[in-house]
Amino acid sequence: MTVLCLAEVSGGALALDATSKAVTASAKLGDVTLLVCGPKAAAEDAAKIAGVSTVLLADDPAYANGLAENIAALIVSLKDGVTHITAASTSIAKNVLPRVAALLDVMILSDVIEVVDADTFKRPVYAGNAVQTVKTSDAIKVVTFRTSTFDLAADTGAAAIEAVTGTGDAALSSHVSDDVSESDRPELTSAGVVVSGGRGVGSEEDFALIEKLADKLGGAVGASRAAVDSGYAANDLQVGQTGKVVAPDLYVAIGISGAIQHLAGMKDSKVIVAINKDEEAPIFQVSDFGLAADLFQAVPELLEKL
Amino acid sequence: MKVLVPVKRVIDYNVKVKVKADGSGVDLANVKMSMNPFDEIAVEEAIRLKEAGTATEVVVVSIGEKKATDTLRSAMAMGADRAVLITTDQGVDIEPLAVAKLLKAVIDEEAPDLVIAGKQAIDNDMNATGQMLAALLGWGQATFASEVKIEDGAAIVTREVDGGMQTISVKLPAIITADLRLNEPRYASLPNIMKAKKKPLEEKSADDFDIDITPRQTIIATEEPATREAGIMVGSVDELVAKLKEGGFV
Ligand SMILES: Cc1cc2nc3c(=O)[nH]c(=O)nc-3n(C[C@H](O)[C@H](O)[C@H](O)COP(=O)(O)OP(=O)(O)OC[C@H]3O[C@@H](n4cnc5c(N)ncnc54)[C@H](O)[C@@H]3O)c2cc1C
Ligand SMILES: Nc1ncnc2c1ncn2[C@@H]1O[C@H](COP(=O)(O)O)[C@@H](O)[C@H]1O
Repeated sequence: MTVLCLAEVSGGALALDATSKAVTASAKLGDVTLLVCGPKAAAEDAAKIAGVSTVLLADDPAYANGLAENIAALIVSLKDGVTHITAASTSIAKNVLPRVAALLDVMILSDVIEVVDADTFKRPVYAGNAVQTVKTSDAIKVVTFRTSTFDLAADTGAAAIEAVTGTGDAALSSHVSDDVSESDRPELTSAGVVVSGGRGVGSEEDFALIEKLADKLGGAVGASRAAVDSGYAANDLQVGQTGKVVAPDLYVAIGISGAIQHLAGMKDSKVIVAINKDEEAPIFQVSDFGLAADLFQAVPELLEKL
Repeated sequence: MKVLVPVKRVIDYNVKVKVKADGSGVDLANVKMSMNPFDEIAVEEAIRLKEAGTATEVVVVSIGEKKATDTLRSAMAMGADRAVLITTDQGVDIEPLAVAKLLKAVIDEEAPDLVIAGKQAIDNDMNATGQMLAALLGWGQATFASEVKIEDGAAIVTREVDGGMQTISVKLPAIITADLRLNEPRYASLPNIMKAKKKPLEEKSADDFDIDITPRQTIIATEEPATREAGIMVGSVDELVAKLKEGGFV
């Protein structure tokens, strides 16, 4: 079995957490070749992930911005002898891998949380309210892995790096600009602590309370869809069925009601704390420690006492 | 410019589904069904393009049971001009690859300049059909759109990505998939709901196409996710602080 895994590269650097976890999952299927679309330095970092036998470096700028048409064609050109094409379920992989699957006339297995065997996988459906065990009959399996359920691989690897070129720019789309959220906080999907705010926070100014608490706990900031839609928080902070999925050691939900779409993104957290003034809020049904209180009193008090 | 929007009839987003006791699937009997929320956003965007004079016609397409007629009528009540329904057997969920193949057949006939799909169907949570369709057509794709501008034969699309936002330009014809922040879909007014009943709806059967829609994946089991043990309510911030200390978080 040979697995071709697409490494996650963002802002010209290897995203180690996502890539390493995807390698852990991929290694359950066979020998892992990691494809790095980015600069040589990213490939050098990727070569250190244990379990990777070869790193393929594609440094043509056509592959640099996650453009699906170019990267999908590159992956298809590398398919000989490959049984599985995998990646972490990031926005880049969700964009590229279904395109690869269709070019190969196979289906996709999105957001896999468990590898049962080479062609059987578990994945959540209906906002995580059910988990399906799915067996595929496709010759090549195209899989994205939900990283929150896989561990990091060791960093003791020393894989060889080979250059690949592919067909370059398909000229169907082009990159215009990036508007990257800058933050000194830990990354949302890999942080040990996440503090999220919802509509109850009420305004962008007051969202600073959430940020202060996150900083106090050394955590990342998250948000509900309502908080993002209302402009209190950036879109890339949305946790949930159609946002990011997190499973930190501690998740603190503040002014969040606990809609199924939100729970889908955080209910696998180890410890859940909820602060909500409505004691009937559904979030309390999944929380380990619930505090029925007005957040504008409770959070400042918490900041003071921690 | 003609815009085509694929819409799926799915379980309503407010319903919490239950897994059947025998593990054979989820219980969809007597459950409220609606248009996939991302598809409502896609329909709204297409209608806005028409209202802005950029698009001339909005065609909605659904693949599914006969009841998907309701979904198509809802889309026409919002403002779509006409609809195509491709019927499939009852109770069978068609996989994204097969949906993409059927949509391609419709697109080969309709020749739209732009397809706006939803980013994800909230039942199977696949997030795949738009990308697959773009591959089959050899078109460019702009997924997870939060802003769309049409300029000089291209779509300039701002996308919601993991690190923030990315803007790309994609040549038309192209596939766009709608994310949550693209727009806020309108409610259909009563007169428009009445008017939609008279708009053209063409019905075909999946069997009329020479396309193999046999599933590639077999669902062996459907289980409840792990449930969390019930927690406790704390009475004060002090008590919460104590719990966080016990847990080693501070
Ligand atoms: C297609 C689709 C996809 C979606 N995807 C997601 C997703 O990925 N993630 C997501 O989060 N949602 C998602 N949603 C939205 C989801 O259904 C809910 O609408 C959303 O999660 C609600 O956010 P909220 O809890 O912040 O707001 P609300 O439900 O309005 O809850 C606000 C809470 O704040 C509490 N509150 C108010 N004031 C105070 C105060 N002063 N002190 C303490 N508590 C207070 C209230 O009691 C209430 O419980 C999706 C919806 C759809 C249709
Ligand atoms: N049966 C279907 N009929 C029409 N459109 C569909 C169907 N299935 C998926 N789609 C479209 O593809 C999008 C993504 O669905 P999915 O890939 O299943 O998550 C949806 O939001 C729809 O726009």
